[in-house]
Amino acid sequence: MAQPLVKKDDDRDDEAEYSPFLGIEKGAVLQEARVFNDPQLDARRCSQVITKLLYLLNQGDTFTKIEATEVFFAVTKLFQSRDLGLRRMVYLIIKELSPSSDEVIIVTSSLMKDMNSKTDMYRANAIRVLCRITDGTLLTQIERYLKQAIVDKNPVVASAALVSGIHLLQTNPEIVKRWSNEVQEAVQSRAPLVQFHALALLHQIRQNDRLAVSKLVTSLTRGTVRSPLAQCLLIRYTSQVIRESGNNTQPGDRPFYDYLESCLRHKSEMVIFEAARAITELNGVTSRELTPAITVLQLFLSSSKPVLRFAAVRTLNKVAMTHPMAVTNCNIDMESLISDQNRSIATLAITTLLKTGNESSVDRLMKQITNFMSDIADEFKIVVVEAIRSLCLKFPLKYRSLMNFLSNILREEGGFDYKKAIVDSIVILIRDIPDAKESGLLHLCEFIEDCEFTYLSTQILHFLGVEGPKTSDPSKYIHYIYNRVHLENATVRASAVSTLAKFGAAVDELKPRIFVLLRRCVFDSDDEVRDRATLYLNTLGGDGSVVETDKDVKDFLFGSFDIPLVNFETSLKNYEPSEEPFDINSVPKEVKSAPLAEKKAAGKKPTGLGAPPSGPPSTADAYERMLLSIPEFANFGKLFKSSAPVELTEAETEYAVNVVKHIFDRHIVFQYNCTNTIPEQLLEDVIVIVDASEAEEFSEVFSKPLRSLPYDSPGQTFVAFEKPEGLPTVGKFSNILKFFVKEVDPSTGEAEEDGVEDEYQLEELDVVAADYILKVGVSNFRNAWESMGADCERVDEYGLGPRESLAEAVNTVINLLGMQPCEGTEVVPPNSRSHTCLLSGVYIGNIKVLVRLSFGLDGPKDVAMKLAVRSEDEAVSDAIHEIVASG
Amino acid sequence: MSAPYSEACPSVKNILLLDSDGKRVAVKYFSDDWPTNAAKEAFERVVFTKTQKTNARTEAEIAMFENYIVVYKFVQDLHFFVTGGDDENELILATVLTAFFDSVGTLLRGNVDKREALENLDLILLCIDEIVDGGIILETDPNVIAGKVASNSIDSAAPLSEQTLTQAFATAREHFTRSLLK
Repeated sequence: MAQPLVKKDDDRDDEAEYSPFLGIEKGAVLQEARVFNDPQLDARRCSQVITKLLYLLNQGDTFTKIEATEVFFAVTKLFQSRDLGLRRMVYLIIKELSPSSDEVIIVTSSLMKDMNSKTDMYRANAIRVLCRITDGTLLTQIERYLKQAIVDKNPVVASAALVSGIHLLQTNPEIVKRWSNEVQEAVQSRAPLVQFHALALLHQIRQNDRLAVSKLVTSLTRGTVRSPLAQCLLIRYTSQVIRESGNNTQPGDRPFYDYLESCLRHKSEMVIFEAARAITELNGVTSRELTPAITVLQLFLSSSKPVLRFAAVRTLNKVAMTHPMAVTNCNIDMESLISDQNRSIATLAITTLLKTGNESSVDRLMKQITNFMSDIADEFKIVVVEAIRSLCLKFPLKYRSLMNFLSNILREEGGFDYKKAIVDSIVILIRDIPDAKESGLLHLCEFIEDCEFTYLSTQILHFLGVEGPKTSDPSKYIHYIYNRVHLENATVRASAVSTLAKFGAAVDELKPRIFVLLRRCVFDSDDEVRDRATLYLNTLGGDGSVVETDKDVKDFLFGSFDIPLVNFETSLKNYEPSEEPFDINSVPKEVKSAPLAEKKAAGKKPTGLGAPPSGPPSTADAYERMLLSIPEFANFGKLFKSSAPVELTEAETEYAVNVVKHIFDRHIVFQYNCTNTIPEQLLEDVIVIVDASEAEEFSEVFSKPLRSLPYDSPGQTFVAFEKPEGLPTVGKFSNILKFFVKEVDPSTGEAEEDGVEDEYQLEELDVVAADYILKVGVSNFRNAWESMGADCERVDEYGLGPRESLAEAVNTVINLLGMQPCEGTEVVPPNSRSHTCLLSGVYIGNIKVLVRLSFGLDGPKDVAMKLAVRSEDEAVSDAIHEIVASG
Repeated sequence: MSAPYSEACPSVKNILLLDSDGKRVAVKYFSDDWPTNAAKEAFERVVFTKTQKTNARTEAEIAMFENYIVVYKFVQDLHFFVTGGDDENELILATVLTAFFDSVGTLLRGNVDKREALENLDLILLCIDEIVDGGIILETDPNVIAGKVASNSIDSAAPLSEQTLTQAFATAREHFTRSLLK
């Protein structure tokens, strides 16, 4: 802060730059603080010096330990002055200096005197200061005064004591808990803020006692809580009680809902909003419960206060994720918010609209967004791009306008994160909407023509290499790729070379041309580019002979690297140069902490380029590769489907086991993922003994034990069954885990020689019809339905009996069939009496199946369903009906 | 502060008063989210630049970034901010902002600008101290807050006759220098 004198003179002319603290310097101020020691105290002067000290601290200056101690001791002298203003400043600086415990003693007596002063201001502030700097031992001395202060008739004093109590509860809970009686009395105070502070403290004292909290809420929701802040607290505590009362209550007569709803009519907006938000966040909130909350939030949307509009639109945005239909009533208000001055509000409005919009409003919405995109910051644009991506997946028919939008914004200015979000979105759309593939790839090609981000260029080139050769005319991508070899940096050039090689390997007619291009790359200035070009020319047989690319080469180019990089790195480091070459097969494939199955569960939804080609298929690929690596399974043919892992043990048991069902045409393989959670044990020869007596059509053919299962390092054991070919055979299997236990010395980690045989009962496992149906979506259900034709159609009607709701019935049937819901028809609009749900899938034997389910409410709760199935095979259509009939 | 929002008391993470260049006039942090001065300054820079172009002069505005909700209002060359966690009730934060903004207005007798604020920095600091204590809202009524802060200064502005001669002289000298500087 010290500024040269000359500068000061300059600034003096410039009136705007005047500051009373101009040229302030720590050393000088500390010198000035000596006035605190004057026998004749000048209160005004002292106040000024304290202000200067506080200014320094506020600007981020720090005092050394010695300086702070000196200032602190000098300040304590100021308690002699009876000047009110000075005393306030003394309180303030003591809090800022946060003295050590041996220093605190010096001021304790002065502060205790002030705590009992007649002046309310002294009492209130002395309590706050003392409680801030005190430790537990002192607290017992002043406890009596604090209890008195809590019920002091002056609200400022009472609040000071209560707020201090809230802070002290963190460090000295046992003391503060003794004050409950006084705090309870303070809850009844007429002063609004005292009531608020008392309620907060009382709840914190009792927060671990559910019954007490419930009682507190019950009594207060009946009475009158005056302060809006206290009312907000009560709403929060009420939601807590509702949440903890759990699912044992019927929706419709939720306890305390009436209280929350009555708060929607409170005169304070703060309370109305808190209540509305609490209702929207109720577990399993029904549309009837939601309606009044949505109505008040809708009113807030047109408020003149930005804070209100923001709060409302943010809450509605969250509601739209789970109950899009409930928010559609607000769409008109929401649309006017797109032009809101406050860009946060506008972005939230847009993304809410994108979530609630229907197919017909997409085009209009896109037009509005286009105008809006140019003047918002990148972080908001990313939010919009992500919303558009999910919209496009919901309405695949609209991919054209949405893809156009994405390609347009891709060409505009923007930072890396924004561009990456767009590219990721396009990639996901290409993967999920087959029709969008060609145009999407061309947009990406155009983008890399002028892309300043190396990372994005290389990722797109990699993606092109995988997807491009599968298109109708792969040759049109070549010049985009080869341009990179001319124009870009070495990293991009190298990845362009790899992409060219992939085209060469996958498309035989392009081979001669690719060879020409690759040969030119051999003269590149960068060694990596040259190396890659040479390598690919050799593997693809670029020495002239145009031969069909063999499988090894394709595996090399397209196969993903299925060895964990960490393991690979360790193995490479351990490898000692010798006659024997490094063998990649020696690298362990087991991932330490996450078995394959869990990795899928833990991973987020596919995030575009970063993720391997789409989420679930990649897991399937990984499973398939893993199974093929086991020779006994190699002749089972192609893997049809792998189920999601099914837990066979409770959480937190000694051994955690889950199972993945792998379905082949004539076989089924159970993959048991086992984890040993006991550090003192090593398990060996782990095997699952499967009893298939309730699954008559299955016969066990092979089982592969796990040699050793150390602590916290998951391993797999397999059991294979033969089953009738191509049939959806179902059955129930009981499982017992068998193994030898060896004690492990935790200090050395060494296992004892002798093991003991032991078993562990696992839960039963069902193979159900849904295991034989693959979830495969179609982008346009109607086209698919019509082109399938009515030849093999089977229609029948079923009564599902009384159901909790229509949505519940729809979900049950979807889960029973294990098929992919299309066009967002799995969502049942609230209050509807009928619903149509479209499903698609692939039946074992690679037979496409489409299902049209029409549900209707018959009477108050009874659900009736009409099931129409079309497939390429009558038998399959019948089989689907059988699943439903028997389910 | 590990309790989930729904069970937690409304809390304020910081109160900031910055000038029109984003420099500190007075700031107070109630949370450990910003452990160092550098972290605090970085946050202030972000808050200032992201809100700089908005018009928050008639109504309080609101923004969300880095998982914080910031409500703010500007007057002259002063920028008032109140920050809370991202699941805090926005209207409660707005109430705190109003309390801060209006009580400073009263204390500075309507002349709310950077210069007045710095000259009365003691009042501003006391004002923040009366609004929030360790993150918990202490008082939200601007008149009550201003009253509590001003009652302190009454004494120091006691009539000249009650001051000692040296004090009176000091006061006079101060007034004189101040008017010269102007």
